[in-house]
Amino acid sequence: MTAQPRLSIRDIRKSFGTLEVLKGISLDARDGDVISLLGASGSGKSTFLRCINLLETPTSGRVFVDGEEIRMLQKNGKTVPASQKQVDHIRSELGMVFQSFNLWSHMTVLENVIEGPVHVLKRPKAECIAEAEALLEKVGIADKRHVYPAHMSGGQQQRAAIARALAMKPKVMLFDEPTSALDPELVGEVLRVMRALAEEGMTMLVVTHEMGFARNVSNRVVFMREGLIESSGSPEEMFGSVASPAFRQFIGHYGN
Amino acid sequence: MDLAFLSSTMLTLIAAIPMTLALFALSVSLGGMLALVVVWMRVGGNPVLAAIAKGYIFVFRGSPLLIQMFLIFYGLAQFSVIRYGPLWPLLREPFVCAVLSLALCTAGYSAEIFRGGIRAVSAKDIEAARSIGMSGPLLVRRILAPIAFRHALPAYSTEIVLMMKSTALASLVTVWEVTGVAQRLIHQTYRTMEVFLCAALIYLALNFIVLQALGLLEHRLSRHLRPVPGGR
Repeated sequence: MTAQPRLSIRDIRKSFGTLEVLKGISLDARDGDVISLLGASGSGKSTFLRCINLLETPTSGRVFVDGEEIRMLQKNGKTVPASQKQVDHIRSELGMVFQSFNLWSHMTVLENVIEGPVHVLKRPKAECIAEAEALLEKVGIADKRHVYPAHMSGGQQQRAAIARALAMKPKVMLFDEPTSALDPELVGEVLRVMRALAEEGMTMLVVTHEMGFARNVSNRVVFMREGLIESSGSPEEMFGSVASPAFRQFIGHYGN
Repeated sequence: MDLAFLSSTMLTLIAAIPMTLALFALSVSLGGMLALVVVWMRVGGNPVLAAIAKGYIFVFRGSPLLIQMFLIFYGLAQFSVIRYGPLWPLLREPFVCAVLSLALCTAGYSAEIFRGGIRAVSAKDIEAARSIGMSGPLLVRRILAPIAFRHALPAYSTEIVLMMKSTALASLVTVWEVTGVAQRLIHQTYRTMEVFLCAALIYLALNFIVLQALGLLEHRLSRHLRPVPGGR
């Protein structure tokens, strides 16, 4: 318990109208943690992930990134970020990978990857291109750097999206069901990239249905149910004999 | 067929092309800039500004351009604020009135075309931009506008072609562009058919060039939608 958590989330709640999707979630991620968030659809796991970088504004609760709290304030009875500038800054430190990749289709892969470093971080373009090419090499699509997203497979697009997020040199990577939109034969290539990242010590929060990844790559498994963390623990605990009945029932659906 | 007459008519009309092009270029560029302001008001989220923008679009799309032009050309002088105002030396010029009314009108249409383009931008593209820390003007400049413009371009091309043809209305407020000069030739010669045929050919030629340029632009901006050339 020496270093402060990379990411610390305290009692996040989120309602859409009268529907309370998140009912108070707290989570810490230390440097190098790889946390798998599991749960049935509707359990709130994606909403939770999107609350961390404020793509959804939490109704209440606190988010700290490397000890820096995202300042919120009340305006006309709604919670809003106090400073867009701070939100932009925090977002630039949190890499996000989306279920459906969300690459900008009018830009080539390389243009997608350098967009953030050049225009958000305002770094020299030549330097960003060199780094981007190294990243594309790392995710195994260096030969696709001048290709447009529509001309690549889903697995290649998702790897490009991971490279785009990594180009910002994020402190934490957030993955929102990164393999759920992929054909089964393409899932492996994306998981391999994620596994390599985990082994390098990247701090990761992964919303996923890939039990193999949760079990073998992550060091912590969090099971969400009806807007709450139902249980959490190491993969050994969660997939072992001490797992909660609800989690056992959940993984039963996945044939594990 | 009187080739001598046709060629002399053509030469006279060609001499008026710079005026038509000036009307066209100024009204399209001023109108385009105004359209950006109007569409920003329309979608910016401020209900008062949005209502003003809606009203503007309704008025300028809903009434005939010719009447708008007459109102500006004949009507403005009735207001002493304008008549004795600092801008009068400009506003009494037929050319300025024509450009002004063309620009105001196309701004209404273009604003709606641009709004359509903006609405077609996927929320995913915006979220991806937000997730790397973009917001405000940077997000608009780098992501929203380039994508929206691509969506809007086919419809906007049509509007631009319409504007080329609309410059003909300026002849009715005494601007000597191609149609105005054609009318004058007809009054002098009573040879309606030949003169207007020549004028029509000129507009066709001008629009052919404009359409080629717009087609080229669209082609360049849609590389990502085409099949891979040679599987690069």
